[in-house]
Amino acid sequence: MTSPSSLYPALLGTLSFLLVGLFVLSLGIGQVWIDPTLLWFSIGEPSSAEAIILNEIRLPRAVLAVMIGAILGLSGAVLQGFLRNPLAEPGLLGISATASLGAVLAIYSGLTAFHAYALPLSALVGAFLAVFLLQALVGRTGDILTIILAGVALSSLSAALTSLILNMSTNPFAALEIVFWMMGSLADRSLVHVFLAGPFILVGGALLLFTARALDALSLGADVAQSLGVSLQRTRTITILGTAIGVGAATAVAGAIGFVGLIVPHVLRPLVGQKPGRLLPASALGGAVFLLAADIFVRVIMPERDLKLGVVTAILGAPFFLWLLVSLRRRSS
Amino acid sequence: MTRITCKDVNVSYRSGPVLKSVSFDATKGQLIGVIGPNGAGKSTLIRALAGLQSYSGDIQWDGRDVHRMAATERAKTIAYMPQARTVHWALPCLDVVLLGRLPHHSRFAGPSDKDRETALAAMSRMDVQGFAARPFDKLSGGEQARVLIARMLAQDTACFLADEPVNGLDPAHQISLMQTFQKFAQAGRLVFVSLHDLTLAGRWCDRLLLIEHGALKADTSPGELIGTGLIQEVYGIETMDIMLAGQPTIVPAAVRSNASTLVPNQSDSF
Repeated sequence: MTSPSSLYPALLGTLSFLLVGLFVLSLGIGQVWIDPTLLWFSIGEPSSAEAIILNEIRLPRAVLAVMIGAILGLSGAVLQGFLRNPLAEPGLLGISATASLGAVLAIYSGLTAFHAYALPLSALVGAFLAVFLLQALVGRTGDILTIILAGVALSSLSAALTSLILNMSTNPFAALEIVFWMMGSLADRSLVHVFLAGPFILVGGALLLFTARALDALSLGADVAQSLGVSLQRTRTITILGTAIGVGAATAVAGAIGFVGLIVPHVLRPLVGQKPGRLLPASALGGAVFLLAADIFVRVIMPERDLKLGVVTAILGAPFFLWLLVSLRRRSS
Repeated sequence: MTRITCKDVNVSYRSGPVLKSVSFDATKGQLIGVIGPNGAGKSTLIRALAGLQSYSGDIQWDGRDVHRMAATERAKTIAYMPQARTVHWALPCLDVVLLGRLPHHSRFAGPSDKDRETALAAMSRMDVQGFAARPFDKLSGGEQARVLIARMLAQDTACFLADEPVNGLDPAHQISLMQTFQKFAQAGRLVFVSLHDLTLAGRWCDRLLLIEHGALKADTSPGELIGTGLIQEVYGIETMDIMLAGQPTIVPAAVRSNASTLVPNQSDSF
């Protein structure tokens, strides 16, 4: 019998295979094609110009695409399961927006000139601020609607403050830098970024994977989930904290990259037999594959111009989002 | 052994009290019907017994406070089925039923073969084994109800709390569900069911808890309850009380003309 559950290992296998293939391709593709196998012989001690490009430019970029795509896909899947809403995504909680605000503040204040870590750290502070505000707003007995509304309010406030900063900026170069940063990109990142974001993304991802069982139970509603031994409060804390740590770190090094967390879980859900817990590993792999592919796409389509990754994911994502809304409405009518 | 003790249980919402000083106790081997008019507090009582409701007073399972029990242990002792039949994703029915096995398998392991067996057995009890691979949202209301009852049975607990489980079932499945509950009770479990169907309640339950405006009005066997006239008073109805297969059976026949539950300005013109 070919039920979705028997297809699950095959799905994970296919996604892993795609992941490895695209990763290798991502190393090779750029202004010039470089044989990716060169990395194997030169890792740690590059001797040629090509080896240096591979080690210091292409490798961090590919690794970041995998990590960031994975955490965005994973947290999207967790949030959709937790909020029991297929339209949820990491941006919904306001964490991307507050992290962006933190980063923009760092650029605006000129802190970025003093230290390379100033921007990502300031973005992380923004993400954690969002967690504390969310927990405070939602309170101990917070229901789903309160969480969503609090997240929306937090997003709007952060976006308004970001605009205010742009508005106040007397330095056009700083303003331009802010605008470009907000578009989201993986270009010109180094291993420093990988080591900075990596631990946070790993910890955030591990926390989020921990919710699988609770999310399965929540498909029967909050009451039944509780009667099955699930602690709603703990699940909520892990969800918010894991998203803030992981997505906060991702936003800190790559800017806001939208729609990955929305599209990937939604596309994969029918392929994993609709089970929210099973969707988590698949969405992490799928997110990594999607972002690697999108990042290769921006390099292939316009190699001379620095086309921003976040722009591409949004251009692909927004029409999909609209289609999703329309088809959901059609199904419910 | 299974024993539940409720002492002076009160629940209040912002709109006012919902349960008022409810006290009773029950031991294993009983099928207990919770009856009462709309809004009497049946669902609230069942939620409170399941540990899902904050209350004042005392609810103890085998001498332990229901809110103090470890979550997994409580999940292995008490299964709960709400009135709302919610399944959020288009899960295949077998996966819905397997969720009942969640407290029984370890955190990171999936369901075992034994879990699968238990789930399929529960499904065939509810006559839904043929729907195993079908998405839940493609079933009819009554079929969905039976899948969710199977989900509760699969939890394989000493106690079942079912909030209006017969709603939407056809007569054959209503009777076979009550028979299943009766069998479970006879095998030493404790079953609470809230019911609107007084005929089913009278025919199958060992004991009825009659609730009116949040207060426990009567706590006795169906046979004795019929004699008290309380059913007629609380529901504001006239009944025909007949014996069916040796069981006292309550058949609602007419609305009492002087009933306080009637809308007063309704003109009797039909």
